[in-house]
Amino acid sequence: MEDLNSKHHTFHGLRGWHSAGDGGGGAGGTMLTKSSRRKRADSRNAHRGGNIEQLHHQHRKMSFLDCETNHLLLSKIATSSRHGENSHYFDGWKAYDSDPYHPTENPNGVIQMGLAENQLCFELIKEWIMENPEASICTSEGVNDFRDVAIFQDYHGFSRFRNAIAKFMGRVRGDCVMFDPDRIVMSGGATGANETIMFCLADPGDAFLIPSPYYPGFDRDLGWRTGVQLIPVSCDSSNNFKITRDCLEAALKHAQKSNFNVKGLIMANPSNPLGTVMDRDTLVDTVAFVSERRIHLVCDEIYAATTFSSPAFVSVAEVVESSDRLKCNRDLIHIVYSLSKDMGLPGFRVGVIYSYNDAVVNTARRMSSFGLVSTQTQHMLAAMLSDDRFVDRFLVEVPKRLANRHQIFTEGIAKLGISCLKSNAGLFVWMDFRHLLEEPTLKGELSLWKLIIDDVKINVSPGSSFHCSEPGWFRVCFANMDDETMEVALRQIEAFVSEESDKENVVEKKRSWRRNLRLSLKSPRYEESILSTYVLP
Amino acid sequence: MRIIVPLQGVVQGRGGLVLGSVIPCALFYFLQLYLKRNRTSPQPQTDDAAGESGEVGNEEGVGSGLQRTVSNRSLVLPRGSGGPAHVSIRGSLVAKAAGNGGDGVLEMGVDENKLSYDLVGDWLQENAMLWAEGWNMSGIATSQPSDGLMQLKVIIPQAVAGFMSEAVERAVSFNPSQIVLTSGASSAIEMLSFCLADPGNAFLVPSPYNPGFDRDVKWRTGVEIIPVPCRSADNFNVSITALDRAFNQAKKRGQKVRGVIISNPSNPVGNLITREGLLDLVDFARDKNIHIISNEIFAGSSYGGEEFVSFAELTESVDIDCDRVHIVYDLSNDLSLPGFRTGLIYSFNKHVVAAATKLTRFSSVSAPTQRILVSMLSDTKFIENYIKTNREKLRRATAMFVAVLQELGIQCMKSRGGFCCWVDMSCLIRSYSEKGELELGDKLLSIGKVNVTPGSLCHCIEPGWFRFCFAALSEDDFPVIMVRLRKVSETCKVCS
Repeated sequence: MEDLNSKHHTFHGLRGWHSAGDGGGGAGGTMLTKSSRRKRADSRNAHRGGNIEQLHHQHRKMSFLDCETNHLLLSKIATSSRHGENSHYFDGWKAYDSDPYHPTENPNGVIQMGLAENQLCFELIKEWIMENPEASICTSEGVNDFRDVAIFQDYHGFSRFRNAIAKFMGRVRGDCVMFDPDRIVMSGGATGANETIMFCLADPGDAFLIPSPYYPGFDRDLGWRTGVQLIPVSCDSSNNFKITRDCLEAALKHAQKSNFNVKGLIMANPSNPLGTVMDRDTLVDTVAFVSERRIHLVCDEIYAATTFSSPAFVSVAEVVESSDRLKCNRDLIHIVYSLSKDMGLPGFRVGVIYSYNDAVVNTARRMSSFGLVSTQTQHMLAAMLSDDRFVDRFLVEVPKRLANRHQIFTEGIAKLGISCLKSNAGLFVWMDFRHLLEEPTLKGELSLWKLIIDDVKINVSPGSSFHCSEPGWFRVCFANMDDETMEVALRQIEAFVSEESDKENVVEKKRSWRRNLRLSLKSPRYEESILSTYVLP
Repeated sequence: MRIIVPLQGVVQGRGGLVLGSVIPCALFYFLQLYLKRNRTSPQPQTDDAAGESGEVGNEEGVGSGLQRTVSNRSLVLPRGSGGPAHVSIRGSLVAKAAGNGGDGVLEMGVDENKLSYDLVGDWLQENAMLWAEGWNMSGIATSQPSDGLMQLKVIIPQAVAGFMSEAVERAVSFNPSQIVLTSGASSAIEMLSFCLADPGNAFLVPSPYNPGFDRDVKWRTGVEIIPVPCRSADNFNVSITALDRAFNQAKKRGQKVRGVIISNPSNPVGNLITREGLLDLVDFARDKNIHIISNEIFAGSSYGGEEFVSFAELTESVDIDCDRVHIVYDLSNDLSLPGFRTGLIYSFNKHVVAAATKLTRFSSVSAPTQRILVSMLSDTKFIENYIKTNREKLRRATAMFVAVLQELGIQCMKSRGGFCCWVDMSCLIRSYSEKGELELGDKLLSIGKVNVTPGSLCHCIEPGWFRFCFAALSEDDFPVIMVRLRKVSETCKVCS
């Protein structure tokens, strides 16, 4: 029988499906996980203990029933709000979308500082494309490759593309580690890569630890369709938001006590929103932690090349390569990478999963057919990233420009007495507005934030949307604008801060006035305008 | 005890002869079944690899082995080395060598149209410089709407309308705001599956169907497919009675059916669904209060001279409940650019459009690729000419292929759309069963060096049918295929 099976395999790769489809294994599995999910959802509610949560849950159940009776007939995924677009992070975007800043056409508009995008090095890439027109296959020079490019739809991707990406990943990490092209799985942007790795590692209802503050999009990327629960591991300013072994252990213990099946830990390094990199010791510790506890570690390193000053970025790959097998179980380590931030090419939708686990590589590769990178784009990037001269120059220029911009911004706000977390990577700073809060609560933070959007006309993202446990922190992006816009933004912050401190001097009287003002600021546009569908950073 | 008592009866001759003989037989049968089960499910390779590396955990006994640590999804459903888009992995490596009378494997298992890519290539060559001049970094590299560039969406309706109807006057009008672009039709179908059904719910799918559905509809969503068998007796047309029966059976089992997925033109059979057929389906869906997903990825490749009716057109002319109709279309497929991965969902239900728009963040189309498509589709003259020539080429290829089959005395369904031909080779199989069919498929590959898809993988209930993708061949390959098929058919006849 086995012999027969393998024979079938040789004549058609689809054999496995057929048996999977007919065996009903899928049905059993999903039924099981579904019921376990319900149990977990309930236990989650119990865990949080909030009546509101429970009500919300019931409400969702109800609304689902409603859906079935009326003509909507949609799934829970389509009708639930787990896509997270109702968070404040996205509210700021709505404000920007309805009134975007333009130096001449709309100088009073909202400046977008909520978008983590690297627009400082566009012209480098443009230059390269102009010099290498054949790479885009759409020129007479490139058309010879057209047949291969157009017809090819293997989910492994072009091997030259994978080689180029592997090499580039190594370059970004200072050539300290080599990456195996055969372990590179592509997917639609880091968003898709993160979701795919969750699909591979966890069942609905399983949980992942995540150090907070974390990128708000993770709620959607990691949990929406996969049904995975995220459990924040609270980090705070007392030790500069560092992740420690103790807090990881505590969080894991607490989660397991609350009946969560914790499958792993996911973290961003360099961190979004903090802009800090993890030091080697912490990484070694974390790797030891996951190896001992037998949970997965997913490292999101999409900001690796944006490290612009020391300490240098240390990839988890280096730790894996250097530590022995007893301390580090390679099968548990997975890296997510993307060109959106490092190359500043979010429109290209190139995400990469690099896993040391063969099973994950194979499964993720099969899943990548849901987010394949267009072959035209693969072809172009393969050529671009194989050009050593270009990559060398690019990797020198990016940190230089970012460091420059970072300096302008931080010095600009330092003059105003605003500090931010010391950072050396990323396209943003983590700004400390705690002293401007009226009260150190979530409410205080949100009212300050509304003031910043409406008065200062800058879209920044409040810390609460990053699940930060301390109110008063804001993420401000500095790389998605030109120098002039940056100056305008700084001027507006200056005006705001001096006004604020004036007000502080004339305390009591003004305070009541400001409260009135705030009421009038409750404009309906946050609620009404429809969030345009950007690929979020 | 209940088993032993009748057995005693047999031994002691006290009646129970019937029971006494049935029970041992049943026991024997179950034993066989058990042994067979155990043998046919060999431990997936991945498990072994994972198991070896799990030494640390085994010692501790906490999370022993990776089998548990890796999600069920990756281990419960260990699918073969790929879907229809990728079965070429092994085949195509050798297929390249085939060419003119070479002896590599001819790849006929992949839905792709290699007949017309030269047209597109020529266009690119002519318009290359135009495109390069219009290159604007901020329009390409920066964050774009994940559900597709507006420029592309605006231009799609016209082009798609052209693909969908051979006669220009019958153009379908599409509303750009109902279009959601996705990276390929696979993700479009998966997205709809995510939007319309919860884990454990099911879709009715007339079989034979494209094996890719098993992955797209079921895998990550946890949704089930209920195959609704169509028979050769009624030319594999979708029958409402069969759908109705399947629906009621599912209902009895307590399974919730959320919709019907049809392919029009059908893949693998190549049938078109008539206007009346579509209206019947709409009535059925309204009766049962379920959705219709109409997979029209081959819309631009109908060539049988018969009228292709898109749901989009139907909703325009007849007053039907549009909210439940969702169309999947693959732009890159019809343009002979499958590598460009540009599919789309066209839905009349604004909630589905809203949800799908959010879902596109996971699989949006690369911006430079969209730009190329914008400029290509803007050239209406080229598109018109392309559509016409492409249809003509497909028509010729199918005629040539059918001629080859006829000469060998093999029957096939008349293909009216798509890239495939549904061939009845039941005369060549040794035993009229799935096993016989798979054996023949094996022979086709080993002796004939032709890779095709056996009908059982398309969930066809009648053995002996095979899907041949003729559009993947070039004209020079037809004599080769003839020789090879003859070889296979002769071997089969000798054997039997």
